[in-house]
Amino acid sequence: MQWKKPPFIANQWLRYGLLVGVVGYLVLGLNSIEVNWIRLWDGLPRGWAFVSGFLTPDFLSRGGDIWEGIVESLTMTLTSTVIGVLISVPIGVGAARNLAPTPVYLVCRSVIALSRSFQEVIIAILFVAMVGFGPLAGFLTLAFATIGFLAKLLAEDIEDIDESQAEAIRATGAGWLQLINYGIQPQVMPRLIGLSLYRLDINFRESAVIGIVGAGGIGATLNTAIDRYEYSSAAAILIIIIGFVLLAEYLSGFIRKKVQ
Amino acid sequence: MLTLKRLTKRYKTGDLALQEVTLDIPQGQVVGLIGPSGAGKSTLIRCINRLVEPTAGTVQLKELNLTSLSQTALRRARRHMGMIFQEYALVERLTVMENVLSGQLGYVSFWRSLLRRFPTPAVQQAFAVLDRVGLLDHVDKRADALSGGQRQRVGIARALLQNPDLLLVDEPTASLDPKTSRQIMRLITEICAERQLAAIINIHDVALAQLFVQRIIGLRQGQVVYDGAPDGLTAEVLTDIYGAEDWSATIRKEPVEEPPVAEEEEPLPEKKLAVAR
Repeated sequence: MQWKKPPFIANQWLRYGLLVGVVGYLVLGLNSIEVNWIRLWDGLPRGWAFVSGFLTPDFLSRGGDIWEGIVESLTMTLTSTVIGVLISVPIGVGAARNLAPTPVYLVCRSVIALSRSFQEVIIAILFVAMVGFGPLAGFLTLAFATIGFLAKLLAEDIEDIDESQAEAIRATGAGWLQLINYGIQPQVMPRLIGLSLYRLDINFRESAVIGIVGAGGIGATLNTAIDRYEYSSAAAILIIIIGFVLLAEYLSGFIRKKVQ
Repeated sequence: MLTLKRLTKRYKTGDLALQEVTLDIPQGQVVGLIGPSGAGKSTLIRCINRLVEPTAGTVQLKELNLTSLSQTALRRARRHMGMIFQEYALVERLTVMENVLSGQLGYVSFWRSLLRRFPTPAVQQAFAVLDRVGLLDHVDKRADALSGGQRQRVGIARALLQNPDLLLVDEPTASLDPKTSRQIMRLITEICAERQLAAIINIHDVALAQLFVQRIIGLRQGQVVYDGAPDGLTAEVLTDIYGAEDWSATIRKEPVEEPPVAEEEEPLPEKKLAVAR
């Protein structure tokens, strides 16, 4: 006896038509990319200079600048994450469908949507224009971006809780804040801690990117190094960034395991 | 002490879960509420403490008309109605003591509860109640480290910390083995006798209900179709409540050890919306 899994799209014409359409567009699209082979050939030595810079990272000749940049980035990262988390908790609670009345829900969801709709670099350009070059713009950018990220995920976690635990707390005659503290918080705390650590990690990486548009930190140092063709110093900076990210990854994994 | 008058609940979906239920339960009486899945048992007890908002009718607890209370007054009134749940509904990541003390939340300020600094009498009472249900050794364990029977005991202790007049008990034994089920039912009924508490116990296991309660109410499609003594549950009455079946194994006077038939669990009504209130 033969059995075949029923196709995802039942209509045969639609199924094969879609396939032909997608493949055709892909072929046309690939053909439209112009590759300048001569420019590519010329660029190879430049790429090699960059790569060989990595083989001989120079931590020392710009040591002072690198150290300053790192300290600034770490300060920006920590302060923006802490402030961002503190602001996202009430917004996340307000954006949870099962806790907040509709008007509050809509306001909080709008804040989240606003924060999420812009990439960090664009927000950074805006804040640099507002408050000038330097780490303050970076701090504001990262705190703002943290709100969208954390409040959204927290709200989703709150919407996914085991309702019966919250119902039991409500049945005791508990007030709203007590309901949050006893019925909700214990259920979402491990994830909130995990997400905050993850955001700390993201904010450090982002601090390197937004520095390029003038928002301070190690990114500014990296940008200067590349502009001066000091690939060895740039390599040193990238290696340091990778080191910090790995460290953050390891630490957050360790802490998350502890709080579960 | 508890009076329901023509209590009716119609869900937004149009399902009529309760139809003009009228009941009177005196102080200290333990009532078993039986009926098929979806008959409205869960809805009935949740309409009493208004975790589910009734559509029509009144609920009166002592002098208080519960159905007309404002949100604040309702919270105060809920303190007098302890609730015990099918899947225990303990806050899994809190300790046994925190779970038990959460029964006091309606009596203490937010700051005290936030800092876990409950008044001394409440803490003394919590220890006494934990001693009564036999869990003194587990005070600082997390709730999710306990077995099913132990968890339900914590659930009972939490309800008692409310100093309730009434216990609303939703399928207390549905997740427990037969022996533990009996121990839990015995504990609940003993405590009700000690403290002169009225209780409404939703239960699927008819034989277990007959063993422990003083009065049985049968619900079918939201209507009371039987209200009387446990002995009055004849084959005809059970057919009336549940539909036709061979009831000869269910009707008995002598306790016989036999595992209860696994039943489908009744879904909680209005699951998502419930927290908003």
